[in-house]
Amino acid sequence: MSAASSATEPTAPRVRLLSRTVAASAIFVLMALIPVVSHLSDDPFLTLAFTRILVFAIAALSLDLILGFGALVSFGHAAYVGFGAYAVGVLMRHGVTDIFVQLACAIGLSAVFAAITGAIALRTRGVYFIMITLAFGQMAYFFFTSLSAYGGDDGMSLQNRSTVLGSDVLESNLVLFYVTLGTLVGLYLMATAIVNSRFGRVLQGTREDALRMQAIGFRPFRYQLAAFMIAGCMASVAGVLLANQAEFVSPAYMSWHRSGELIVMVILGGVGTLLGGIVGAVVVLLLEEWLSIFTTHWRMGLGLLLILVVLFSPKGIGGIFERVFGPRK
Amino acid sequence: MSARLEIRDLQKRFGALAVTDGISLDIAPGELHAVIGPNGAGKTTLVSQLSGQLRPDAGQVVYDGQDITHLDMAGRVRRGMARSFQITTILHGFTVLQNVALAVQARSGSSFRFFGRADAEAGLNDAAMVFLRQVGLADRAQDIARNLSHGEHRQLEFAIALATAPRLLLLDEPFAGTGREEAAQLLDLMQQIKGTQTILLVEHDMNAVFALADRVSVLVYGQIIATGTPDEIRANAEVRGAYLGEEETTASGAAGC
Repeated sequence: MSAASSATEPTAPRVRLLSRTVAASAIFVLMALIPVVSHLSDDPFLTLAFTRILVFAIAALSLDLILGFGALVSFGHAAYVGFGAYAVGVLMRHGVTDIFVQLACAIGLSAVFAAITGAIALRTRGVYFIMITLAFGQMAYFFFTSLSAYGGDDGMSLQNRSTVLGSDVLESNLVLFYVTLGTLVGLYLMATAIVNSRFGRVLQGTREDALRMQAIGFRPFRYQLAAFMIAGCMASVAGVLLANQAEFVSPAYMSWHRSGELIVMVILGGVGTLLGGIVGAVVVLLLEEWLSIFTTHWRMGLGLLLILVVLFSPKGIGGIFERVFGPRK
Repeated sequence: MSARLEIRDLQKRFGALAVTDGISLDIAPGELHAVIGPNGAGKTTLVSQLSGQLRPDAGQVVYDGQDITHLDMAGRVRRGMARSFQITTILHGFTVLQNVALAVQARSGSSFRFFGRADAEAGLNDAAMVFLRQVGLADRAQDIARNLSHGEHRQLEFAIALATAPRLLLLDEPFAGTGREEAAQLLDLMQQIKGTQTILLVEHDMNAVFALADRVSVLVYGQIIATGTPDEIRANAEVRGAYLGEEETTASGAAGC
């Protein structure tokens, strides 16, 4: 009867999925219009600045995958952004300019690092997990700081941007912008698919209660580790794009401040919504630009906003939108 | 016929206290075997060792002829041993249907599938609905588990346990904390399941035990002092002295807490 007909297709989550898709489409379309605004306002810097925002949106999205859906608060997530950036910088130095080779190295390195550090960190829970991921992140940071052949503490400038199969299309800020936006959209769709998949369901079940998952026959560790690796690899893609956007590679990309900022983005935007991380990245980086016009203490303004959002909308900015526009429950 | 579960001289100490003091027990396929005992007799410790949550200090747990003493909980569940109630298996943020479908998913195919909506997998959902109908929860399938009543949570627990395709159900005090009406409902459900499943029921509620069990073992201070049919146990002088005697008068209200 009613139960049987709705058994194959849940109705309530379906509505939410639809409104999410609408919201995501709206955000991506608005972003796609940035270069137009940039052109009309005769402010070429705008496109480049927003490329950076999109890059961090990718990183925040990847963090939300494990933080929001696996309750794994990684405080070393910026390390993977750094791996991506250094894959570009180091390979460039040795004449390997193709972005696909650089991506492959970035992803490979991140997968290995995530597998090893994740296997250790996942033996702990809660605050200990945070501390261990922080420690591994800092290890990566200091490793590159001491790597004097590649700029050490100062980092290194890139002569050119990466090439795409021999072509230098990425030298155009406009092309780089749309490549970054396309990557963000692609990874968002991928993350959404993962969350709704069998794997995602196990991950979310483990977030709720690992012991209960064991009681129905799952071993949570391997699913958490896989998610940890996927998130790391996604963040390294952001790093590859960041190096190209800034035409500069620095260990500062992987400092724990950066990791903390990624967590702030996710929490501000809305934990466990995927779109939230993207919105959070936009809001944090725009606020950084805007508030720093008025005061050097712009972080205080950001802090205040974070407190207000966490107090009044635990689901972040996305939660506010959901309450205003979302389906009535 | 060999036993579904053999417990051989199981021992577990916490400090100087022998909580499981050389328990041996055989559970035949298809039987409902109840373990009763006063509070602190070591019932939950026993179940924890059987389910793999706790390692015994000595002794063996043999399941279908295989020594599983050192297998973890997930491994035992995958071999068909389901534990329920004292550790709840319900995920409160999931819908009722998702809860059961997840248990089905655990035993059907790989969960390392990153694409394709799990909610739309008819195979998982249809199998889950069969169990929800069996426990009478089909019309609540789309509700979030958190919003169910206490009694409905027990029904859902059963559905999840059944969905893991158990060959042995370890039920740890399912009647604890149930009201009179819920208890009657639960008793009905268990009567229904009984005979189709091999069940080890650890329970404080005497009425339920004597109504359901094929055989009863009495656990006192970590030792089994008697095993027999409900009638034999009722008539056993040692049991009466150790346990029933003092509880008989309050047995109707005994609902362990």
